[in-house]
Amino acid sequence: MSAAAVEYEPVIGLEIHVQLATRTKMFCGCELSFGDPPNTHTCPVCLGLPGSLPVANARAVHFGLMIGMALGCELAPRSIFHRKNYFYPDLPKGYQISQYDEPLCSGGHLGDVRIHRVHLEEDAAKLVHVGASGRIHGSDASIVDFNRGGTPLAEIVTEPDLRSGEQAREWLTLLRTTLRQLGVSDVNMEEGSLRCDANISVRPVGTQALGVKTELKNMNSFRFIERGIRAEVSRQQKLLGEGGQVVQETLHFDPASERITSLRSKEEAHDYRYFPEPDLLPVAIEQAMLEEARAAMPELPAARAQRLEQEVGLSSDSAHQLAFRADLGDYFEAALSAKVDPAPPAQALANWVAGDLVGRLGGDDGEGAGGGAGGDPNHSRVQASALAALVGLVSAKRISVGAGRQVLDRLVAEGGDPLAIVQSEGLEAMDGGEDLSAIVAAALTANADAAERVRGGNAKAIGPIIGHVMRETKGRADGGEVTRLVNEQLGL
Amino acid sequence: MNNTDIFDLSSAQAVAAIDAGTLSSGELFDAYRARASNDELNCFTWLAEQAPKDATTPPSQSPLNGVPLAVKDLFCTEGVPSQSGSRILEGYRPPYTATAVARLEEAGATLLGKTNQDEFAMGSSTENSAYGPVRNPWDPERVPGGSSGGSAAAVAAGLAPWALGTDTGGSIRQPAALCGIVGLKPTYGAVSRYGMIAFASSLDQAGPLTRDVTDAALMLRHMVGRDPRDATSLQFPEEVSLPSAERLDGVRLGVPQELTGEGIEGGVLEAFQATLARAEELGAQVHSVQLPHAPHALSAYYILAPAECSSNLARFDGVRYGARAQDAHDLLDMYTRTRHDGFGAEVKRRIMLGTYALSSGYYDAYYGRAQRVRTKIAEDFKAAFAEVDLIVTPTAPTVAFRLGEKTADPWSMYLNDYCTVPMSLAGIPAISIPCGLSEGLPVGFQIAGPVFSENRLLDAAYALEQVLGFDGSPARVSGAGGPA
Repeated sequence: MSAAAVEYEPVIGLEIHVQLATRTKMFCGCELSFGDPPNTHTCPVCLGLPGSLPVANARAVHFGLMIGMALGCELAPRSIFHRKNYFYPDLPKGYQISQYDEPLCSGGHLGDVRIHRVHLEEDAAKLVHVGASGRIHGSDASIVDFNRGGTPLAEIVTEPDLRSGEQAREWLTLLRTTLRQLGVSDVNMEEGSLRCDANISVRPVGTQALGVKTELKNMNSFRFIERGIRAEVSRQQKLLGEGGQVVQETLHFDPASERITSLRSKEEAHDYRYFPEPDLLPVAIEQAMLEEARAAMPELPAARAQRLEQEVGLSSDSAHQLAFRADLGDYFEAALSAKVDPAPPAQALANWVAGDLVGRLGGDDGEGAGGGAGGDPNHSRVQASALAALVGLVSAKRISVGAGRQVLDRLVAEGGDPLAIVQSEGLEAMDGGEDLSAIVAAALTANADAAERVRGGNAKAIGPIIGHVMRETKGRADGGEVTRLVNEQLGL
Repeated sequence: MNNTDIFDLSSAQAVAAIDAGTLSSGELFDAYRARASNDELNCFTWLAEQAPKDATTPPSQSPLNGVPLAVKDLFCTEGVPSQSGSRILEGYRPPYTATAVARLEEAGATLLGKTNQDEFAMGSSTENSAYGPVRNPWDPERVPGGSSGGSAAAVAAGLAPWALGTDTGGSIRQPAALCGIVGLKPTYGAVSRYGMIAFASSLDQAGPLTRDVTDAALMLRHMVGRDPRDATSLQFPEEVSLPSAERLDGVRLGVPQELTGEGIEGGVLEAFQATLARAEELGAQVHSVQLPHAPHALSAYYILAPAECSSNLARFDGVRYGARAQDAHDLLDMYTRTRHDGFGAEVKRRIMLGTYALSSGYYDAYYGRAQRVRTKIAEDFKAAFAEVDLIVTPTAPTVAFRLGEKTADPWSMYLNDYCTVPMSLAGIPAISIPCGLSEGLPVGFQIAGPVFSENRLLDAAYALEQVLGFDGSPARVSGAGGPA
């Protein structure tokens, strides 16, 4: 490497395809499906039979407007469907009906990433290649399932405002939560209702001009997106560092091998011969449609985070944690409004929801739909009011934190009323009176070495002593009180 | 009723005869079925074996009383070959029926057969059919016009009481003119396009080819209306009435200089002028009007229609239906050979023209510019209709030409549509009625009006029809060797 090595900064934009959760397809009356037997949800329109014509799905337009509103886009009073022409067996008409130079939504932003546009289009059918390669070249046969063909899609295109794979992943999480909150999509990457391509380039730090970009296609999890972007950024940085040139091409990231392979270069790029779809009228947005979309808008994660922070008084981290996972936010707010005595402080409740409870439910791995059913506390045995009551007891020091965790274990396993569990298990907190003092004294005797080290200034050595006390008290002792007594008895 | 009498009846008269009990729908169907099976003009690509037995309503209790209907091949008809004149759809039987056909069937029409046409409606002579050319019943050495040549020739020859056709740039009106019958292209959107195998979506429109103006009105009445399956279809604003006008008092007829001068054959112009004189006798006022952009219509049309067709015909890829090249070594080879073998020369020519016109870097210069011309032409008509009620021209610049006469020179073939394409680009209705003979061959008189002026067009056409007294019987006598 030369001494005057240039540092290259990544510049990343995303193109996200979201399958809209309408009842029927974008341009025909066939019902949407997932996992049904192949070619059972088809008609002359979505099979592209001769003579058939598309009719735009008003519900998809409604969802498109909601997405536009959520992202702060400008909503076009009149937008146009175009035909994007190319040949492929998953495209029965030989063209995809999409939007081109007059999309439904333009501009806007989500968080600190600007949105370029949002437009509506139809999904392609699903190709299955039979034979060793799994790709169309070299396969014995390719078969087509048209169930997916014609599913409404919203394509969301960002400006190149992202600077790392990690940031892309975090931002996608926010986008997914926003879309889920809107109720416009299942946003499930495994089922393909959320798909993401990344446009990646690098440029010398401090410069403004964009470098030559590559497009990384069809990464099917947020983790792969992060890793794929990271791998491609490194590849480009290395290439330029060695005096090479980035070639504009479409790439495939194989998460198993971390290898990036070329799908096609710019020279092989299609001329899609876009022209206005003559079978459809322009989409004219009437006032009533805007009002309907506005009325359907829920509170969005960014607004919720702000409210949780400013009005409920949560820390910024907690507020975002709860707001960006709608299931947690909903559960937290249900618990907060539960009538329990003693009432839990909001921040403590937030900590329990996002910490202990989620940890026990399997949590969100950042991939599934809210962590799947397993991670969603609303679908657990722990009633929101029960958690509120539990946190209330802990916060009032009626039970210790340790005892609280034991109660939570029971709630997760069986449900029930925390107070009843506390009483039946005898988990009420011990006060700092004679009993606890005696147990602490016994613990110091039994762990003389540890006691000596604590006295010598090693605060961490207190562990075994506290463990002893907790065992003796079945966790009922308050940890802070035990520490205080240990220090007191050691003369510290 | 004997067969000669049956074939003398127009469709409306046949409906009345069935109402009166002097004719049965079965008798009518069988007579036409027998005559059509002796088709020597190659009008039909498929004939019904018999009238459908499963009709739940007796046809005689419906508005159209079971009168047989010939349908252009490109209309999808469930379970019946619908090939659009193309090899690539040979044997294709759709799983559904086009809205226009279904509506006529609901009104009691009975499918008699599918008629031959230029492949994918691209042509003006019906010589571009994969199933052989159609001949003109007035002179079998001549073409019937196109692309609805099979429908026009069948009606003219009396092989069908009436027929359904489509018109993209003149494909109903021009063959109607060359065969001496009535052909109506409705307002764009008046009739659903659902189930019509598309040529150029923004121009295609279904319409009647009939023996007289009353039949055209009767058929149109049962075709129009908004179809939820066609986003571009419109509610027809009034009922289509059967025409009854006897006079044209106060009707202002506009004669566009651009479409009635150079390029129009002498005999055709003569018949046109004579018809104008008859119109004046009926009380019409004849005015000269300007359509300054009309001379550019053909150029714009031959950008826009091929552009749309290059996309519309992409679905014929051999993957799902129709012909597929065998033993292809990969996907691209399969596409290439399927389309090479399946499409005829004119279709390939237009796909290439359209593909070029839409290509990146050429779009604005070709497609964009042609769209602007189209807008100008529509504005020309709008301005003209501020001064006159209807616009009249010859339908086609020539009478029927000889088979093979123009096949080697596409542009001379395209010139057939010189007078009909402007109305197509403007989306307005136009009717062609036979107005006389030139060199023993029929001449068509075209009347165009503003959008949804079909009732006025039909009235004016009817009034003229009564005084012109055009006799179409020679074609019925010579066509198909007479009654079976």
